[in-house]
Amino acid sequence: MSDSVYHADIVALAKAATGAGTLAPADKTATIDNPLCGDRAAVDLSLSEDRVIALAHRVRGCLLCQASASLLAQAAIGRNQTGLVGLRDAVAAYLAGDDAPVGGFAVFAPVRQHPSRHTCVLLPLEAAVRAAGQRD
Amino acid sequence: MSFDPLRLRREFPIFAERAKSGRPFHYLDNAATAQAPDAVIEAVADADRRHRANVARGVYRLAEEATAAFEAARGEIGRYLHAPGDEIVFTGGCTAALNLAALSLGDRLSPGDRAVISTLDHHSNIVPWQLLKARRGIEIVAIPVTEEGGLDLEALARLVGPKTRIIALTHGSNVTGARVDLPRAAALAKTVGALLVVDGAQVAPRGPLDPRALGADLYAVSGHKMFGPTGIGVLWGRRELLADLGPAFGGGGMIGEVRLSGSTWAKPPARFEAGTPPIAQAIGLAAAANWITSLDHGAVEAHLNDLTARLLDGLAALDRQERRIRVIGPPARPGRLAVVSFHVEGLHPHDICQVLDESGACVRGGHHCAQPLMDAFGLAGTTRASLAAYNDAADVDALLAGLERAIEVLA
Repeated sequence: MSDSVYHADIVALAKAATGAGTLAPADKTATIDNPLCGDRAAVDLSLSEDRVIALAHRVRGCLLCQASASLLAQAAIGRNQTGLVGLRDAVAAYLAGDDAPVGGFAVFAPVRQHPSRHTCVLLPLEAAVRAAGQRD
Repeated sequence: MSFDPLRLRREFPIFAERAKSGRPFHYLDNAATAQAPDAVIEAVADADRRHRANVARGVYRLAEEATAAFEAARGEIGRYLHAPGDEIVFTGGCTAALNLAALSLGDRLSPGDRAVISTLDHHSNIVPWQLLKARRGIEIVAIPVTEEGGLDLEALARLVGPKTRIIALTHGSNVTGARVDLPRAAALAKTVGALLVVDGAQVAPRGPLDPRALGADLYAVSGHKMFGPTGIGVLWGRRELLADLGPAFGGGGMIGEVRLSGSTWAKPPARFEAGTPPIAQAIGLAAAANWITSLDHGAVEAHLNDLTARLLDGLAALDRQERRIRVIGPPARPGRLAVVSFHVEGLHPHDICQVLDESGACVRGGHHCAQPLMDAFGLAGTTRASLAAYNDAADVDALLAGLERAIEVLA
């Protein structure tokens, strides 16, 4: 894999925009901003017995944020709130240097050496965690 | 002899240090923080090495030396701002200076009084007034920007009225590079008896200036943007105004006397410098002011204007290749600050900055602490290059080449 942050896999994920859009109606929705740059990620969840059966996102952000949202749209399916928290924490730990497997999020390996960009990857995950944690 | 930025660069040790890595280094984020020359680094180190003690307190020889050095620094900054030393208040930075201004002026305001702020400004000259609105019930209105990224002073004329007490605006934008016509704003302020509070963070580094002659009542300066240390700023104020303002912060050094029943205040500037001030940083800032003063300002201005024009021409050339580049700011002309912000349609500024970093170009992406300005242009952020005297054409060309590559990688 290339050491460049913007290797082809990340660019392709961002351009795929998997899950981009809205769920109507959504069971839960949350929006989160990155105060450092003004980027924004909004996530809609459809749930069945507290587990995600569909996720849609709207990202006004950088390519890393868009790629992460694409991965999230697949990785979130079947997870409950605890599972989403676990996914976010695992990705955060991976970016910080932990080598535990994180599935497709391993594409962000080159981002590890750029701590200022970790938030870009984590923003959609934070939005999903926040959405799942909202009271019915 | 023509101006030689590379000769100047030798006074800045960071360039030799970064060169040791073998990677290119094109520092183009001077509007955020300018690099420090040896004269500043040595002044700070010397203060700590030879004169480190608290000021205006001890009677022993070392403390007297520290106090003398600190007050000498105040005098040097006064000379830079064409002001007596007692009009120079040291603060923790430009943001702290503007907050100090808002806090102290706030005591004079009543519900319904109006503060006119500006869409062009950094958050540091917006949020303190919003905080004051919440505390004092004042009204805030904002001057809009022109299409060129300047301040619409025609609109200011319509916004000032009998209840206007404060006009707070920047001397020059940290995003668009546009300068503001302070004398004109001051004339409008005078018609209604309002005070003019100015954020001088971007203009003060360009050379000695005279805030009083420009019509300002309070003028804030950033240390680290004018080649000085971090953690130091200045609030200049007219002597008669400072004498009339109450303190914003309480503690040691700012009092006349303290009884449990109440306290009295020291005269300015001590009244506004509660606690131990940033002593070594103030001495370093004075060294920075002296260093700037020693430059040939005509040559530096011409050099920066040339570089700015080169950058704007390069961006226009890229745009002609249908790269969809939009510059947020005025065209090249004398007086324009060497700050160039641009938006590449479809690309995020942080992605551009990250790719540029791979070619050694250090530029800033994002909202630049100017979200209302971004909103005015319908953008979430821009990419910004900001130049200083030590930059040269190679820096600009590296940025343009890196931008072309970023567009190829990201588009």
